[in-house]
Amino acid sequence: MKKKIGVYVCHCGGNISDYVDVEKVRQAVENDEGVFLSKTTMFACADSNQKEMVDDIEKEKLDGVVVASCSPKLHLLTFRAVTERAGLNKYNYVHANIREQVSWAHSDNKPGATDKAIQIVKAAIAKVRHAESLEPIKVKATNAVAVIGAGVAGMRAAIELAEAGSEVFLIEREFFVGGRVAQWDDLCITEETGKELITRLYDEVMKHKHVTLFTGAEVVENTGSVGNFTMKVKITPRHFKLQCTEGSLQKAIDACPVEVPDEFNFNITTRKAIYHNYPSEYPQLPAIDMKNCTRCGECEKVCNNIDFSQKTEYLNLKTGAILLATGFDPYEPPKGEFGYGEIDNVVTFPQFKRIVHYCDDKLIYKGKEIKNIAYIYCVGSRQLDGENKYCSRYCCTANIHTAITVKKKYKGIHNFHFNRGIRTYGKAEVWYDESSRLGDIYLQSFEHAPPVIEKIGNQTIVKINDVLTTDKELEVVADLVVLVTGMVPRKDNAIGNLLKVPKGRDKFFNEIHMKLRPVETVIDGVTIAGASQGPKNIMESMNSSLAAATKSFSLVNAGELALEPTVAEVNKETCEWCGKCDEACPYNAFEKVEMDGKFIAKVNAAVCKGCGMCLPVCPANALDLIGLTDVDMESMIDALIPQV
Amino acid sequence: MAGGKVNSSSKILVFSTEKISDPAIDMAGLLKLHYPPTIYTISVPCSSSIKPRWILHAFEQGFDGVFIAADGTDCPYGESCTEKTGQIVNQTMEVMKEQGIDPARLKMAAICSVCSEPFVKHVKSFTEYLNKSEN
Repeated sequence: MKKKIGVYVCHCGGNISDYVDVEKVRQAVENDEGVFLSKTTMFACADSNQKEMVDDIEKEKLDGVVVASCSPKLHLLTFRAVTERAGLNKYNYVHANIREQVSWAHSDNKPGATDKAIQIVKAAIAKVRHAESLEPIKVKATNAVAVIGAGVAGMRAAIELAEAGSEVFLIEREFFVGGRVAQWDDLCITEETGKELITRLYDEVMKHKHVTLFTGAEVVENTGSVGNFTMKVKITPRHFKLQCTEGSLQKAIDACPVEVPDEFNFNITTRKAIYHNYPSEYPQLPAIDMKNCTRCGECEKVCNNIDFSQKTEYLNLKTGAILLATGFDPYEPPKGEFGYGEIDNVVTFPQFKRIVHYCDDKLIYKGKEIKNIAYIYCVGSRQLDGENKYCSRYCCTANIHTAITVKKKYKGIHNFHFNRGIRTYGKAEVWYDESSRLGDIYLQSFEHAPPVIEKIGNQTIVKINDVLTTDKELEVVADLVVLVTGMVPRKDNAIGNLLKVPKGRDKFFNEIHMKLRPVETVIDGVTIAGASQGPKNIMESMNSSLAAATKSFSLVNAGELALEPTVAEVNKETCEWCGKCDEACPYNAFEKVEMDGKFIAKVNAAVCKGCGMCLPVCPANALDLIGLTDVDMESMIDALIPQV
Repeated sequence: MAGGKVNSSSKILVFSTEKISDPAIDMAGLLKLHYPPTIYTISVPCSSSIKPRWILHAFEQGFDGVFIAADGTDCPYGESCTEKTGQIVNQTMEVMKEQGIDPARLKMAAICSVCSEPFVKHVKSFTEYLNKSEN
């Protein structure tokens, strides 16, 4: 039982102390059994306070520490590290959450919040009184990382991990790498094309002997946990032999009678069942889309590299960590939203980018030369009624950049931007400036009065009550209407479900903490990068991908992981092997062993995940979780009830 | 009835889980979705690790209700969690009946990692039920 407990109650600026009387909390616990020292502090996590805590622990020889502050998700590890720096085993630290679960949750009831904070701190003190020093369990970690998605984020992460010294499995569901960026032409600011970026990344990826790229590959099963995942990967064949000659390929493509909408061009063109998306695409070997192939055999007659005997393969990959860079889907407007699918000259922004790519000296859509272009912003983003409340971040900049490109590339273009406020943040503001100087017209409305699109005779007319000219109704006769669509999560996000990665309110993958732990998920060993996490531009995707790569690397590089020692423990006296714990354990962590003439259960500490599923099933109550024993639990429950 | 009233509002002990329902309850605070301050949370790794004796201990000590914010199908430890937590609840309710404790004072609902609003709704309606039934 501890006699020298230090208790620190945090103001968190005013985040806690505006609602909880922190001094009253301190006074309420200062005479609790075992409490030797109690303080309030403006910011418990501040360097100065951490230093003071280290001094207190060293000077006063504290044997237990409690900090009452924010959620343990934020600073449990911070304060465990403080105790360690002061030479006290970190399991003698207990965290009390009086911000997320008290001051903020009960900001409507200050006395109630203070009372609750007192009981919560008392419970933490009760727990720390019984705390014991523990040593982490070491497990071997496979120095390999599975990177899911070979777009810009995934490839960048793969290169970084390989350079650092990890084995990388780069797993791409499509037959070709590059993701969304490969579909993009000129990119904002640098004027490089998406294809150029992809080529550079692909070349680097292929240079590394430690990166293995799988295309047409999908993870179908996953077992294990951080340090030791085993993934089953399904590999769909391309039905092409490795050596393929350009000439006979074109003949095969010409011979293929199947024509399907080309998703790479956002369905504005068609492609054959034998395809590559563009001539220099990587990997350079084409593929046959078996969902649409009719097996007519015409291609085989002209190209002897086609091989229909190739079969789906399954591989088992062992990795220590998983990095998700699965990207986004462009928002697809439902039929009728701003005339989409109903009026023939209404297209989405991604489609527009492809149209611009294919038109050289004249901008032509459906046989008609385009001069007047109306851009409708925030389609599928910042929705008033729909679920997408967020801003998609990239669209204002990307669209204005494209509008300038169009104006410079073709003669006689007039750009009309129907917007809800332009957000060309950061360095992109210069593009907004340039487009204005080039004579682009900006018309603005609020979300409840969006522009209206009508087809009158042969003309497509866009009307708006423009708030910039005191709500005057203005009309534009548009040759083309571009719906500036935002980003939505991937429609097929099976990998997220498979790995049980939580999603946020926007349905994108969710990090543990937006600011403090921005690439980790609650699933240990699984990190997220790029637009799988939410709308991002390429620069932001790179930032997160490098962060996720570094985080993954830090888990696997040492070859050993220190796991929480809070695993199950068997009471050898009371255990009479019945096997119920073994049945309940999802990880086969139990073993039947003979001891002192009887059979008892033994826990394999490296396999046990500390979930505790075995605890309630033991008829003899012979199982406890280290750090959460009956004594710990019951003393916390007792402390939560005020003594009257 | 075991465990008399100690506050104007019923005291509820919530067992929540570190990876799934804790984040939801934290986020409820972040979003300032208010609920009664007589609701206290103790974290466990997984909702299927809760011993019936802990629940019964809470009633003995004076808690009016116990709410299990279960992992449900989101449990990172395995699919069997929902079923196992259900068994714990059923088993505990049997003992509660034997001891003359209203089994409705124990409640379980799956609270996913972003289920802040459902959590607040559950504990509010549970508080109302307990306030009514014990007056």
